[in-house]
Amino acid sequence: MRTTTAQPEKPVQNNNLRRQPEPREFIPPQVNIFETADGYSLEAEMPGVSKNGLEISLEGNELTIVGRRNQETVEGQALFCERQHLDYRRVFELDPAIDTAKITAKMDQGILTLTLPKSEKVKPRKIAVE
Amino acid sequence: MNSLTRWQRPELSGWTDLGRLSTLRDEIDRLFEAPLAALTAPSQLLSGWAPALDVFENKDNLVVKAELPGMKKEDIEVSFQDGALTISGERKGQDKYEDAEVYRSERFVGRFQRTVSLPAPVNGDQVKAQYTDGVLTITLPKTEEAKPKQININIS
Repeated sequence: MRTTTAQPEKPVQNNNLRRQPEPREFIPPQVNIFETADGYSLEAEMPGVSKNGLEISLEGNELTIVGRRNQETVEGQALFCERQHLDYRRVFELDPAIDTAKITAKMDQGILTLTLPKSEKVKPRKIAVE
Repeated sequence: MNSLTRWQRPELSGWTDLGRLSTLRDEIDRLFEAPLAALTAPSQLLSGWAPALDVFENKDNLVVKAELPGMKKEDIEVSFQDGALTISGERKGQDKYEDAEVYRSERFVGRFQRTVSLPAPVNGDQVKAQYTDGVLTITLPKTEEAKPKQININIS
């Protein structure tokens, strides 16, 4: 008598299906960006981050803002969790007109305000005719 | 010798059990009636924006943490009535940018309000709130009756 045996299926090695999405470590903070004749102003919302948790770095004309949240320990059971407890990160490409040596930053109640002044020679100026 | 495993049609075993369909519906209904029933997720259509909340409970307190960056303490209102906590206020725009060109405007500006129905009774007059780094932390002490108590029952 012939018996057919069902062999256990081998898992299909299809790499497209099996690739896991990269673990999310960061979320981008909401920003407002304004431009005046003197420079740019960037406000980034990073609630839960204090001045010590900020890492602002500049590479060429790429500005990277990273905000690490404060450690929060709350005793008890979480009944409802809407806040994303991830750190913040966002990268910006700067206008070459910005004078990167004069960038200043301020942090208040979770809002990082960056002031990026334009270089003097780029600002519009009148040329007098002799 | 390899053992023969009986191959069952998956559909038959699932669908003959119709009772499971009704529990599925109950589960979906329950999703919409969350235990903190007055908590509505911030809906862009209706309210525009509302702060994200975390609610914690321990044996003495309820703790609510709301993300409200960039506000002044005076512009935030926290009120408590009939077992519901309301956080409201107005996020003001910056006036000094009036004549600036706007490249991105992702931050919300304007009035907001969010109400949370609390799962345990609290002492309204002992509620404390603290605002640091853009996070508003509200601590609501539970009433004595709401705290868990150990009751020893003697078995005779």
